[in-house]
Amino acid sequence: MEPENDLLEQQLPTPAQIREQGYTLLVPTMLPTHFKIMEGILRSYGYKAELLENSGESVVEHGLKYVHNDTCYPALLVIGQLLSAIESGRYDKHRLTLLITQTGGGCRASNYIRLLRKALAKAGYGYIPVLSLNLSGLEKNSTLPLDLGLGTRLLLAALCGDLLMLLRNQVKPYETEPGAARALERRWVERLAGVLSRGSAVSYFGIRRIYRQIVRDFAAIPVQGARKVRVGIVGEIFVKFSPLGNNELEEFLAGENTEVVMPGLIDFCMYCAHSSLTDARLFGLHRVKGLVFGLALELLEGMQKDLIRAVKASGRFDAPTPFAHVARLAKPLISPGAKMGEGWLLTGEMVELIEQGVNNIVCVQPFGCLPNHIVGKGMLKPLKERYPEANIVAVDYDAAATRINQENRIKLMLSNAALQA
Amino acid sequence: MRTDRTDTGANALCLGIDLGSTTAKVVLAEGERILYEKYRRHFSQVRETLLALLEEAEPLIGGRRFRCALSGSAGLGLAQAASLPFVQEVFATAETVRRAEPDTDVVIELGGEDAKIIFFRGGLDERMNGSCAGGTGAFIDQMATLLDLTPDEMDRLSLESERLYPIASRCGVFAKSDIQPLLNQGARKADVAASIYQAVVNQTIAGLAQGRKIEGKVMFLGGPLSFCLGLRRRFTETLHLTEENALFPDYARFSVAMGAALYAARQSQELDLEELRARLRDAERAGGGLASEPPLFENQAELDAFIHRHQRADLRRGDLTRARGRAYLGIDCGSTTTKFVLLGEDNELLYSFYDSNRGSPVEIVRQQLKELYAQCGDRVTIAAAAVTGYGEDLIRHAFHLDLGLVETLAHLKAAQHFQPDVDFILDIGGQDIKCFKVRHGAIDSIMLNEACSSGCGSFIETFARSLGYGVEAFSQLGLLAKHPVSLGTRCTVFMNSSVKQAQKDGATVEDISAGLSLSVVRNAIYKVIRASSAAELGENIVVQGGTFLNNAVLRNFERELGRPVIRPEIAGLMGAFGAALYAKSQAKPEGSSILGPEELELFSHRVHAAVCGGCANACRLTVNLFDRGERYISGNRCERGLGIKKAPGEGLNLYEFKRRLLEETASRPGPAQKSRGVLGLPMALGMYELLPLWHGILSALGFQVLVSGASTRQTYLKGQQSIPSDTACYPAKLMHGHVEELIEKGVDGLFCPCVVYNVEEGASDNHYNCPVVAYYPELLKGNVDELRQVKFLYPYLNIADRQALAHELWAYLHKNGYALHRQEVRAAVDRGFEAYERYEAAVRAEGQRVLARARQEGKRILILAGRPYHIDPEISHGIDKLCESLGFAVVSEDSVWRLAQGRPELGVLNQWTYHARLYRAAQFACENPDVELVQLVSFGCGLDAITSDEVKEILERNGKLYTQIKIDEITNLGAVRIRLRSLLGALEEREAAYGT
Repeated sequence: MEPENDLLEQQLPTPAQIREQGYTLLVPTMLPTHFKIMEGILRSYGYKAELLENSGESVVEHGLKYVHNDTCYPALLVIGQLLSAIESGRYDKHRLTLLITQTGGGCRASNYIRLLRKALAKAGYGYIPVLSLNLSGLEKNSTLPLDLGLGTRLLLAALCGDLLMLLRNQVKPYETEPGAARALERRWVERLAGVLSRGSAVSYFGIRRIYRQIVRDFAAIPVQGARKVRVGIVGEIFVKFSPLGNNELEEFLAGENTEVVMPGLIDFCMYCAHSSLTDARLFGLHRVKGLVFGLALELLEGMQKDLIRAVKASGRFDAPTPFAHVARLAKPLISPGAKMGEGWLLTGEMVELIEQGVNNIVCVQPFGCLPNHIVGKGMLKPLKERYPEANIVAVDYDAAATRINQENRIKLMLSNAALQA
Repeated sequence: MRTDRTDTGANALCLGIDLGSTTAKVVLAEGERILYEKYRRHFSQVRETLLALLEEAEPLIGGRRFRCALSGSAGLGLAQAASLPFVQEVFATAETVRRAEPDTDVVIELGGEDAKIIFFRGGLDERMNGSCAGGTGAFIDQMATLLDLTPDEMDRLSLESERLYPIASRCGVFAKSDIQPLLNQGARKADVAASIYQAVVNQTIAGLAQGRKIEGKVMFLGGPLSFCLGLRRRFTETLHLTEENALFPDYARFSVAMGAALYAARQSQELDLEELRARLRDAERAGGGLASEPPLFENQAELDAFIHRHQRADLRRGDLTRARGRAYLGIDCGSTTTKFVLLGEDNELLYSFYDSNRGSPVEIVRQQLKELYAQCGDRVTIAAAAVTGYGEDLIRHAFHLDLGLVETLAHLKAAQHFQPDVDFILDIGGQDIKCFKVRHGAIDSIMLNEACSSGCGSFIETFARSLGYGVEAFSQLGLLAKHPVSLGTRCTVFMNSSVKQAQKDGATVEDISAGLSLSVVRNAIYKVIRASSAAELGENIVVQGGTFLNNAVLRNFERELGRPVIRPEIAGLMGAFGAALYAKSQAKPEGSSILGPEELELFSHRVHAAVCGGCANACRLTVNLFDRGERYISGNRCERGLGIKKAPGEGLNLYEFKRRLLEETASRPGPAQKSRGVLGLPMALGMYELLPLWHGILSALGFQVLVSGASTRQTYLKGQQSIPSDTACYPAKLMHGHVEELIEKGVDGLFCPCVVYNVEEGASDNHYNCPVVAYYPELLKGNVDELRQVKFLYPYLNIADRQALAHELWAYLHKNGYALHRQEVRAAVDRGFEAYERYEAAVRAEGQRVLARARQEGKRILILAGRPYHIDPEISHGIDKLCESLGFAVVSEDSVWRLAQGRPELGVLNQWTYHARLYRAAQFACENPDVELVQLVSFGCGLDAITSDEVKEILERNGKLYTQIKIDEITNLGAVRIRLRSLLGALEEREAAYGT
């Protein structure tokens, strides 16, 4: 970097200043449901958080312009979306912060934040501060400060987001009144943002009651028709969840008369904690950290169990699979040591889906995704040997990959699904 | 899902429509009987072509009602818009085959742009090519264009082939960069044609079958396989199929349309011809939602002003028929075209020539020289002649030209003629994009396109032809397009499908033409130059190359940069012009050595092929024989192919040294008595660095260790059928062949640890391996069936912590039935590390020795920076030897990084061991004026998308040149040689300018 940038870097406001001075905090779209709740929580903590909704050509173009074009597509999109927002004229550029998540680990994804800073400098916005949301101790000086309260609230938002996504996917294909499930989801997102906001007295007991209410509300939506073909989506976390990343895959599949099944975000969080355990057990690294994350994992598993119980109690909806079980399912195929990117979890989720009877799976990844060569595409053959009924299509996403090619391949998978049904 | 089954009476009339990427096919069936079948190329006019085909079927249909279904990639959108039933094409094919030939085991179907494979036995399995494997029908067409043949001619010629050249099979763009130099070096077209088909076969096996064996009764379907006999032959030979097991049915073209007709029979919806037509017409008005760009020119006046402005940059023209005296000839023998420029004493243009070299540059040059001599008569003599471009060496030898110069230099000289203060040159030619920054009149940095992104001139040309236009007419169309479409900037393969999408959304040919030229421009700016603003390029920009004669490209470029640039009228001749200027500056009083008119009459040229036995690279040589017994050999990497010998150990080449050192390690004898069996170590990926460690540990534990040999092309071919991800890097793909080789040799087990954490060298924030290196054994286990015959040991080991390593290894071996003592393992681990440390020390010492020797001898030092496995001769294709033969002393990144005094400041997270070495090696180059760095990057290496920008920044911050060489399966070194020579040329020019 040029010296000017170094100077500027030193003058960047601290996270505390960002909050106190009323900087707008832009959040890229990864999980529309979950992040919307989190946006509300961050606001209650004094951040002027705003979940971005811009999409389209301008996002991709900004990405292509400022990010090395061989970098993975999610980086290109996230950075493109942020830069396109900066230049949209809607924000005061000198009162703006960007938030980006970082998992840490041997994948390129840990570098997104640095690539974002590089892109900002290149575009002449070196003065815009970037905050990292991570639990790995990366980017010490510019991490969003997570105290126990905020951390817990974000975690609960992830769980509730998973629940809303799960139920919406199971109700939407059958609703008699189009749009009812989405509308209910939106209402709950708003309510949850309030319930989980700072200062509101939220007890874990209360959350469990809310789970039941959500389940009841979705169960009350009038539905009709026979069960449709179910299609699972697994893959690299960004293109799996973000409509921006996967060309609105969920919408496409809904239009093809299917029911979408998507393993949730909380599994990924647990997988991250599990990775630290693996580091300690298998590689003899960071044993203390391993202990802490081991405890955290147990806690999370307990929370997931509560959620599962609430769904099961309905007697109508399919509940998520407990994390520990997914881990057990993955083990015969791939070692828990495979922990870069989505690692063994991706393989495990495919097995989990098949075990639930969801044989039809779209495995999505950014073009050239390194871990997915192994944990995604590399596992298809052994998976099919073990589960001959599996009907999986791997689809690459990329700035220049076209929707028509992607949809044609998915249609082939769907044709076979119809044959099996 | 079968609610649509209605009466399928025996004479129900069914219409199957297959709209593919290049052709439309229609089948009309009455029950089992086919009444009508027809196909036609649609040149992207999908709806119109279909309507025409329907009209021809009208007499047969009459007023009857029928059922109908659409299929094919272009049918998808149309079916939606016209609310007609749609069936996926692979599904449709399977339906046809089940009906027509139920005992078929495998179907291979090649279409215009898709390739498909269906396995019927052992669980139905249907696959299509991924997004990075477009080389099929359209690919064959493109290659035919390149050879200046019709597809039929190419097919006939291929049957006369004598040998096969290795041509990269993964994607068309790669194959093209292999074929072009072959042609330029004089390879026979018949052999090239057959090699192209072989590449298609290899790709089908590698990209589609992915681990499943193609055996039993195999049926071949689709357009290309229905008419290319040569392609059929390559398939049957490669798959070892007997005549009765290779099925080439006469309905090969219509299998999808027939399947669609069968599908139609199950639909309830009936309609008549009028209704169908009406629906198709209405569908036309649907669509929209297309991302479009503003038009290039608002009106004709704006266009005229633009053209007028650019006409000012031109040369004075002379008249050759009247001129007298000395003249200077420049020839640019490029990848697709050959250019001539003849200059007079005052730099006036006396003669020029620009044409496709039609696959035989020598012949073109001969003809042109003849023509030139005829026009010169006795009045004009050629006082000096120079040649540049891909064919430089060949042409210089063939015609005895005085001088050759690297093309970058030729372009610089030409650009300086038009703009003495030029600080940025962009040249987009048929096959290359070259850009260079100029400082103090010398080249400051050079960027060339990677083999992957050849979105250049020949791309627009082949595209234009596929749509039925000449390239000029096609680009004219774009100038006044109303809504240019945005098509993305990746490779040709992607571009094809982007165009498909755009057409589906209703874009016109005009919009597509304008959009394609924009893609070319954006590709150059964002992918090759990696710029984000005009200011990064320079003040005085000269653009050139044949592609810039296309005004749409020029306009898009100026628009994208937001500033005017200079495009000389002779933009397509700049290389030849530069060569002519160079010839003039170097002319000797005694005149030129070029073959005269009489000698030219006697000129003959024959070509034959040979393989060099000098070393493991086994270079495929092309021997050109000229009259009077002169010969010119190409295809060699080093002098050995030319018969020049060198004593071993003489060289200043760390790559060679490391290879020897590892070979020694591999051949070290194992334990004398007690042996626990033979364990194989595959020599690929991480093994290239850790061999001494694992070899040491395992030998100490009492195993016999067998190491697989150096990779060759055969290694890759042996393992290619089990590669599940065709976009993984070549070093990883080679792993499959090594594993198979070891199993064939009869090892008891294979040892292939998953090394997530690499050695900790204190140079980075973390010390990971890349995901592919770390976890590839998992993939091997799942995909290489042969591994079930042996014990496959792939423990997860942390080599950064000896204790943890010893413990995990002990536990793992214990679990796998090896009773060992913990102490024993701990001691063995220590032995292993001793061996590893010895190896590392030897590499470092050799690095020091080479540096010292090079400095003594005044040689330039080149850090060929990559990964440890880049020393594999099949991965780096002998680039190290090429560097050596250009006069560099070659060192590796791991031999010198520790010598860096400082630590470079980084903008990225520095968390991979191998990559941390790159940064430090770059720092070392910056600290030493006699050291240069060239980075080797394997195609598909995601991490290098991050490291290469960073290494470049480190070097350029310190005023150093950055050169990147992307490598893959590619076997031809023409482009690499040009890059390295450009680097050398730039260094020399710089030294001359700065006087260092």
